[in-house]
Amino acid sequence: MNGFFHIPSAIQNSYGSLIVLHLEEALLPVLAGLLLALPIGLLCVHYDWLYAPVLWTSTVLYAIPSIAFFVVLIDYTGLSRLTVMIPLCLYSLVVLVPAVVDGVRSVPEETNAAASAMGIGLVRRYFQVQLPIAVPAILAGLRVAVASSISLVSVGALIGNQGAFGNLLTYAQLYRLPRLAVTSVVTTAVLAIVIDALLVLLRRVLTPWQPPSGRAAAGRSGATSGDSPARTAEGAS
Amino acid sequence: MHVIAPRAGKAVPEGFRRLIAIEDVSKRYADGTVAVDRLSLQIPDHSITVLVGPSGCGKTTTLRMINRMIEPSGGTIRVDGQDIRDRPVNTLRRSMGYVIQNAGLFQHRTILDNIATVPRLLGWSKQRARERAADLMERVGLDPAMARRYPYQLSGGQQQRVGVARALAADPPILLMDEPFSAVDPVVRRGLQEELLRIQSELGKAIVFVTHDMDEAITIGDRIAVLRTGGRLAQFAAPDEILSAPADPFVEEFLGSDRGIRGLSFLSTRDLELDSSLLLPLGSDRRETAERLPEGTSVLVTDTDGKPLGWTEPDDWDGDTKTLEPAGPSFEVGRDSLRVALDRAVLSPTGLAVGVDSSGKVLGVVGQERIAAAIRAARRGRKADAPQDAAAVKAGR
Repeated sequence: MNGFFHIPSAIQNSYGSLIVLHLEEALLPVLAGLLLALPIGLLCVHYDWLYAPVLWTSTVLYAIPSIAFFVVLIDYTGLSRLTVMIPLCLYSLVVLVPAVVDGVRSVPEETNAAASAMGIGLVRRYFQVQLPIAVPAILAGLRVAVASSISLVSVGALIGNQGAFGNLLTYAQLYRLPRLAVTSVVTTAVLAIVIDALLVLLRRVLTPWQPPSGRAAAGRSGATSGDSPARTAEGAS
Repeated sequence: MHVIAPRAGKAVPEGFRRLIAIEDVSKRYADGTVAVDRLSLQIPDHSITVLVGPSGCGKTTTLRMINRMIEPSGGTIRVDGQDIRDRPVNTLRRSMGYVIQNAGLFQHRTILDNIATVPRLLGWSKQRARERAADLMERVGLDPAMARRYPYQLSGGQQQRVGVARALAADPPILLMDEPFSAVDPVVRRGLQEELLRIQSELGKAIVFVTHDMDEAITIGDRIAVLRTGGRLAQFAAPDEILSAPADPFVEEFLGSDRGIRGLSFLSTRDLELDSSLLLPLGSDRRETAERLPEGTSVLVTDTDGKPLGWTEPDDWDGDTKTLEPAGPSFEVGRDSLRVALDRAVLSPTGLAVGVDSSGKVLGVVGQERIAAAIRAARRGRKADAPQDAAAVKAGR
């Protein structure tokens, strides 16, 4: 592990600042994706017919290779982080929109009926009743989106110095320094695992109302949707 | 067995407002199904009106039209004379408590915050809403220790109590209940029904209660609207009237084969003639009793407090209370109905029902023939003077 943390000066970043950069480029797009997914989800739950086209659109967006996005975006946002983050945000929607919609749809009918009957309006019901109850489903989606985003940041290396730990892979090839590749892969994996653990912790904090068995069930459903990161990696590279 | 004495129905007393007026209301769906067909009902204040009928009779649809969760396709619903369409829908709904099957609690909120929902919507401060919620927990018989728990930690019956408390939180004049007790087991259901009647006697709401269970309707209803498939009103009357004079074959069939027996629930045991000569208090002379009675007559042995111990024939008995035949359940004279008395007589090894006072002291025993005579007499009397009798049974509850 000698020199694991040593980053060549060409990369213009220390190990620590690479971590900050990597997390920023990975997490901000997912956060933005979540903020987009909430109103989209509200519309999809309210107008049933909307869900199919929205899902279709997000899948098409997801199928567009990131390099194609870069080609288009560079004209507008240049070789900046934003050029990397915009496609990542759009990619996250393919997981987050269904997570929100399915989570909200799984709220028991009598809970919705009770809320309406008590005079809780549609938007208030969505934010105060349905979304809180959908938290386990949404967080399961969020875990997938975040893990995939952390791995996808690396493609930023394609447009210069915006791939954070992904840049190390380019330099490993360029300078024939395989240890840089090791640093890149191992650090990315560790970041993904740590953030995932934090999200699990967040779910526990947000859902004290879940029965212990329900927690296990939510964990399982999270694991099943965990099949998609493989898909994510294939689709985007 | 009937633990709760059903409530005798009553006509709407003078001076009570007719709170909810359903006038010629219909609900037709786009596909042509008619859920409710030109229904008119006057639902009075301070009483429980039950909508009952088979599935597809439009009872839930009717209930949901009252708080506009479903909009009628024809007709008008008025509350206190005002068309419900003239009020903003959420304001209207906050003025009506709503209780639903399976409670429909907000699983992500504590019991206290579930109950405080509507007061919070009405803009009460958090503290005031929670204080109110705590009061209501007590009112519906919930342990205050449950305040901080979440719904999953409660049994079905407890959740339903929370549901009732939540509906009552903002003290609405109207309570809409949609098959609220259908999903709990019979024992818990009886407890909830009793609790509802107790709360109603304290609060006097206008309650509209939907059920498919005629027994439940009879138990809790002051007035029962029987609806038939297709949403037409078959009969709207007090429970005893429905039992004694069903309007048509549909109502009769819906009541089942034992409406005669059920109708006894509305007849009081107050005037039942009891026989005290068949009692043998412990310590009294059983020779004397044996000689006084024809051979082979069973007597009821009572303890020194006058409580029933068991049946025996005085000739054969050795004085050991362990060899007595168990007395079985008894009925409380004046409080229990003739239905209970008859039930006790049927269960009794001697065919004699044991009548006790409120302290459990035996007043006397009565046989099935005499109960039958009392039934006939009560029926004759009721025809002459129905309201008083009904009121008497109700007071005796």
